[in-house]
Amino acid sequence: MKFGVVTFPGSNCDYDTFFVLRDVIRQPTVFLWHKDHNLEGVDCVVLPGGFSYGDYLRSGAIARFSPLMQEVREFADRGGLVLGICNGFQVLLELGLLPGAMLRNKHLRFICQFVHLRVDNPETRFTRRTRRGQVLRIPIAHFDGHYFSPPETLRELEEHGQVVLRYVDEKGEPTEAANVNGSMASIAGLINRRGNVLGMMPHPERASEALLGSEDGRLIFESLVQP
Amino acid sequence: MRVRILVSFKESVLDPQGQTVKNALLTLGYGFVKDVRQGKVFEIELDGITEEQARRAIPEIADKVLANPIIEKFTWEILTEKKKV
Repeated sequence: MKFGVVTFPGSNCDYDTFFVLRDVIRQPTVFLWHKDHNLEGVDCVVLPGGFSYGDYLRSGAIARFSPLMQEVREFADRGGLVLGICNGFQVLLELGLLPGAMLRNKHLRFICQFVHLRVDNPETRFTRRTRRGQVLRIPIAHFDGHYFSPPETLRELEEHGQVVLRYVDEKGEPTEAANVNGSMASIAGLINRRGNVLGMMPHPERASEALLGSEDGRLIFESLVQP
Repeated sequence: MRVRILVSFKESVLDPQGQTVKNALLTLGYGFVKDVRQGKVFEIELDGITEEQARRAIPEIADKVLANPIIEKFTWEILTEKKKV
């Protein structure tokens, strides 16, 4: 499977993501430049973490209008696989490929720490190497990760199993303390109805080698690669 | 022509920044402060369009770019000479 990692001005997880895909998961991987109109025939587009365009205005708000994102939107509309990590998730929300918006974290602090996530839908292209209820340990690093959507949208997301990952404690319980950024319904990762676009705030690329404290993030990339 | 656009959170959305400011004001003894909502101000200079065209373009710009309609609302006004900062 050929991966493309998008670089916006201000992306800072693009090289980490590229490294994991090419050297850990061992898949052909290219960088895609935000000003281009060319997806270079990739099978999966990854929008990495960082602070695209300085996150001025709102996180992900300017990146949404970059030339490449118009191609990404059409690619997603055709069923192409898109994974948005952290800032990439915020871009997908601003673009409208996923519903809702991100608010500032509940305690108004930038949070950089390992969290526990529960897989609530293992039947997606991004999670099929996991089990239902499996608890993953993956770090987050964000200021605006407090997921918000109107109640009727939230209801639809739950009804269609679109909440893929939730912040939980180590036993897998979605407690208030474990929901570090205050997200509605403890949402950490969402998929679209069609099942080809996933956004997640945690950084799987930072948890793909034992040396870095966890290999749980690899399950996301390996799910994509699995035939 | 100058326009000023105010973007703030919808009432249904929590505004922790506004709450923090409110608590600070209460701590300072301004007990009459009932609520604080924080937002953003944009002042945009326009050129080469009529006021009528601006009245169509501004809400479009605000809705498409300046505000995220899922969480934010906006108001706007054309600034007269006196209001210029």
